[in-house]
Amino acid sequence: MMETLLLSRIQFAANISFHILFPTITIALGWVLLFFKIRYNMTGQDRWMEAYRFWVKIFALSFALGVVSGITMSFQFGTNWPGFMEIVGNIAGPLLAYEIMTAFFLEAVFLGIMLFGFSRVPNWLHTLATFLVAFGTLMSAFWIIVLNSWMHTPQGFEMRDGVAHATDWFAIVFNPSMPYRFTHMVLASFLTVSFLIAGVSAFRWLIGGRTAGVRVALKTAVVTAALLMPVQILVGDMHGLNTKEYQPAKVAAMEGHWETGGNVPLILFALPDQEARENRFEIGIPNLASYILTHTWDGEVQGLNDFVAEDGTVLHPRVAPVFWSFRVMIGTGVAMLLLSWTACAMMLRRRRGVEGLPKPMLYAFVAMSFSGWIATLAGWYTTEIGRQPWLVQGVMTTAEAVADVPAPMVLGTLIAYLVVYALLLSAYIYVIFYLARKMSRGEDIGTRVAPAPAAAPKAIPAE
Amino acid sequence: MNTFGDPAIWLPFVFAGLMGVSILIYVVLDGFDLGVGVLFPFADDDEKDRMIASIGPFWDANETWLVLAVGLLLVAFPVAHGAILTALYLPVAIMLIGLILRGVAFEFRAKAPAPHKHLWNNAFFAGSLMTSLSQGFMLGMYIMGLQWTWANAGFALLTAVFLTVGYSFIGATWVIHKTDEYLQRKAVDWAKGGIWGLVLGIGLISMATPLVSARIFDKWFSWPEALYLSPLPIISALLVIWLWWMLRRMPYMNDRWSWLPFAAATSLWVMAFGGMAYSFYPYVVPEQLTIYESASAPESLFIILIGTMFVLPTIMGYTILAYTVFRGKATELRYD
Repeated sequence: MMETLLLSRIQFAANISFHILFPTITIALGWVLLFFKIRYNMTGQDRWMEAYRFWVKIFALSFALGVVSGITMSFQFGTNWPGFMEIVGNIAGPLLAYEIMTAFFLEAVFLGIMLFGFSRVPNWLHTLATFLVAFGTLMSAFWIIVLNSWMHTPQGFEMRDGVAHATDWFAIVFNPSMPYRFTHMVLASFLTVSFLIAGVSAFRWLIGGRTAGVRVALKTAVVTAALLMPVQILVGDMHGLNTKEYQPAKVAAMEGHWETGGNVPLILFALPDQEARENRFEIGIPNLASYILTHTWDGEVQGLNDFVAEDGTVLHPRVAPVFWSFRVMIGTGVAMLLLSWTACAMMLRRRRGVEGLPKPMLYAFVAMSFSGWIATLAGWYTTEIGRQPWLVQGVMTTAEAVADVPAPMVLGTLIAYLVVYALLLSAYIYVIFYLARKMSRGEDIGTRVAPAPAAAPKAIPAE
Repeated sequence: MNTFGDPAIWLPFVFAGLMGVSILIYVVLDGFDLGVGVLFPFADDDEKDRMIASIGPFWDANETWLVLAVGLLLVAFPVAHGAILTALYLPVAIMLIGLILRGVAFEFRAKAPAPHKHLWNNAFFAGSLMTSLSQGFMLGMYIMGLQWTWANAGFALLTAVFLTVGYSFIGATWVIHKTDEYLQRKAVDWAKGGIWGLVLGIGLISMATPLVSARIFDKWFSWPEALYLSPLPIISALLVIWLWWMLRRMPYMNDRWSWLPFAAATSLWVMAFGGMAYSFYPYVVPEQLTIYESASAPESLFIILIGTMFVLPTIMGYTILAYTVFRGKATELRYD
């Protein structure tokens, strides 16, 4: 059973990790497209529309991948985690329903106009469709984050015969960690998109596609990243303090902090040893963790040893994965901060905008194209593994929810999923850069076999 | 909330109805575009492009009906969702991988470099085939009460083949409607070849369902129910005969009635689905769990119902709009 549990967890993690990559892009890219569109409406300059046309294709591709990988998610609950819906279905059900329906609503109605409609509907309607798609994606994210936050900080319900029943929907939706988690995720999405746009635009710039559209896209992306990075750090800090209040075991694992006490150092590097219950090769900055978590230099922080029951049952997550994914997130974030600020400083100092960026810096942006994905995934691993052994904090454990499927079957399907995902991810990244190269050679990328609507037979080949 | 009687009774019934409608719409709509994918190896490269063009604006929305159906099962009948999907673990995984493959193949075959296109064509075919076969297999296992025995798996393999052929049949009738000239005549031949899969499949399921369960047997073969139900098989048989008669004369002058085979095929699916729904009601997990036993709490269902009341008409309206806007023959065009 243990093996099935672990394999099922890995399978769910694989599926949701693959899925979240694409919403992370579409949530913010919708708003960036709206920005391009509004700038085009205001200035009438074609460069904004050029940027729009390129990135709306990446949006379509990401949206398609998000939809197909999202279908997998709605089945995973039943195939691997039937206990989840049996116990908390009355609360998770409506939230998931609203998530699915909002996503539906926007896909069904406005996405078509946004993707295919620029030359077929009035300009204001196309702008409105872009807004509604961006808004819908954000709403969809809102509902799923509400459910996820509720699993971390549940409230507004009562247990009757072992099943959760909703008593206060307002309390469920606005549960204590929701505002922090939602803001943190939306900002993560904007940063991911900023670095993707910056990376791909830098790539096009380097191979000679120095069009006005590339210029504005690169500039928009670098400035957005530089502005949002410090905000994200501040929000992340507030989110951490919120977690310390409601899930102290998670924070202790993030910090690799075993024994409750004051003057806690901020550990930069260590190998947490769960069996010996101590860190090996620890390097830290004295008192800094105390200061970050309590805002006093000698503040007391609860340690992991407080979360072991009398009989030796461990009630905190495995330390090493939480400790390390947290550091990966922070490290990536710091790299993103440094790069975006340096780039901004260079653009300002030389007063030549994008032209002022030296070549190595452009290469750095290309290398960091998907840094947002790494930071986002690492952050999700921190918070989700950090909630273990609970599935819904204090209400049900992950082990209670898992389906009794034979372990080899879970392993077999897991391998199949991983193979498909690896393939698709390579194809996705390949196609993005392929489109960028094609675009830089001045070739038309608006080609796609699509049927002519009977009402508008004026098919104009773009060449 | 008590206007319509006990909400613990009418809410599950309403949701079972909504779910049934979603599944029906799904098997008709995604049925034809899966069928088009299954027919891919029989077409040459230009025909493939036209076939893709004929389902291009629809397949995405078609697939969302599956998400809605499974979503409704998940949120309204959570216990049944767990029981059914755990029992169908392997075919579900194969179906999901199939759906992913064909979904992305659609995007990639147009955006990837030309030399890679045939790879994505193959992925589209493989994905469509995997999806169709696994859905047919799940249908068979569901009829057999989700019990894994060799005999049941054998039966499910048969339904897998028949459903796939059935999908390719409805796919062929769609191609008849959306294309012309050589490809259309080819599609008429495909439809003539595929109709037998449908007939055998419906026949097999109609015979097996009452034999598996005495309860279903009594529902069909006791007097006077048998009389009221008799139009169902009779109309279905007439539809099949009419379809065969029509297909032998297709295409008509000036392409008249090209939509009729698809409409007739759809009616056939509605009949078959109606019969199955009648057989299994009130069970959602055959002979184990009724919709009333597995439903969520009424207050949760009510909240979901409010959202559904807004969303379902919108999706229906949009579906009709999309099919109206993109009516007529599928032609090639570049877009941006």
